[in-house]
Amino acid sequence: MVTEPLSDVLRDIRDGFHELSGNDRLTFLLEFANDLPELPARYAEHPELLERVEECQSPVYIFVEVDDQSVVHVFATAPREAPTTRGFASILVQGLSSLPAAEVLATPDHFPGTLGLNELISPLRVRGMSGMLARIKRQVRERLAAQPE
Amino acid sequence: MTVERDNADQFAAYAHPEVLVSGEWLEAHLSTPGLVVIESDEDVLLYETGHIPGAVKVDWHTELNDAVVRDYLDGDAFAALMSAKGISRDDTLVFYGDKSNWWATYALWVFQLFGHADVRILDGGRDKWIADGRPLTTDAPKRVTTTYPSVVRDDSTLRAFLEDTRAHIGKPMIDVRSPEEYSGERTHMPSYPEEGALRGGHIPGAANVPWARAVREDGTFKSRADLDTLYLTDAGLKPGDDIIAYCRIGERSSHSWFVLTYLLGFSGVRNYDGSWTEWGSAVRVPIVKGSSPAGSLA
Repeated sequence: MVTEPLSDVLRDIRDGFHELSGNDRLTFLLEFANDLPELPARYAEHPELLERVEECQSPVYIFVEVDDQSVVHVFATAPREAPTTRGFASILVQGLSSLPAAEVLATPDHFPGTLGLNELISPLRVRGMSGMLARIKRQVRERLAAQPE
Repeated sequence: MTVERDNADQFAAYAHPEVLVSGEWLEAHLSTPGLVVIESDEDVLLYETGHIPGAVKVDWHTELNDAVVRDYLDGDAFAALMSAKGISRDDTLVFYGDKSNWWATYALWVFQLFGHADVRILDGGRDKWIADGRPLTTDAPKRVTTTYPSVVRDDSTLRAFLEDTRAHIGKPMIDVRSPEEYSGERTHMPSYPEEGALRGGHIPGAANVPWARAVREDGTFKSRADLDTLYLTDAGLKPGDDIIAYCRIGERSSHSWFVLTYLLGFSGVRNYDGSWTEWGSAVRVPIVKGSSPAGSLA
């Protein structure tokens, strides 16, 4: 297998899904859904700062910060009535936060499709996660471009 | 063995009030022998976050479809599924789900292709059950495996294929998609970009009645009088009409199929499950654009 530029956390998450089968994979995704951190107050009180992920049918919103060390912080919110979407958001928040910007940008676009969820959740929904990843990367590029030289 | 019906007043005006149950009725009947509650949601993880005590989950994506061909499971596979869920042929089944029972009515329609006799819907679905403060649990239901007969799926009565739909042009059809999909401005549902079609518009003559207009804010079905206005007065259906309903993949139109069949009493309503993802990509089928049924032939 070709080694991919995948963070250790995302690699562990992917391997975690692969070690499970069928319904246990869904339960694992539900654990992520339950673990999605609450938004910090600076975003919870300013929802207009957040970007809607149009690829998802549920209302999920993200915001990305890149600090002056070029380390990425990802924030996301999705309703409790949409656990699948919450789970996807949570995987990306946990898997990409605290990574150097270059590592986030190097994450393969097809990562969501490698989790082994297509048969369980429908490719359509998994593509919603791809939309989230693409938007996170775009925001990272925008933040980097806006940073002072 | 059929469980007694819910005789609540709010259902009395519908053509087949016996197919609806209220949350109050269901909570009181949860432990009734011969009654099985089935949850079917769009979000396939929702059941795991908490469900009606004893309810089994039916996953529209992995359990009702054939894994290879775009079709539903066959009689043997359906029998195996029912057996594994602990459902008997004479059980009373109450379906409920998220999004105003959109997927619950879809599951019910598929069950009807196999002629399961006593199927009902929890009016208001999952959201109203929760809003009313009724119990939820994450405990897995304990049901004993049953022997369910293998029944040949009947595709001729409640289901329409592309050829049937083409032959139906000129007779009443209901397009239950959003106005933007109907007019052809959009080839997919808002936020569902991957379930698109190559061309936009609607089938000539189809009236546009978005499915969700049949429900109230709280997810319950509108009154008989309001539904009559919607489908008869506004959309022009007449008693005795032979109707085909369609949407994008046949799930939203299952909801309208349910309303037309059971609440308004039309017989022989068919759901075209190929719907726009098939019609809008098929070669040389007629399509019209714009917001009127006849539109302009494209």
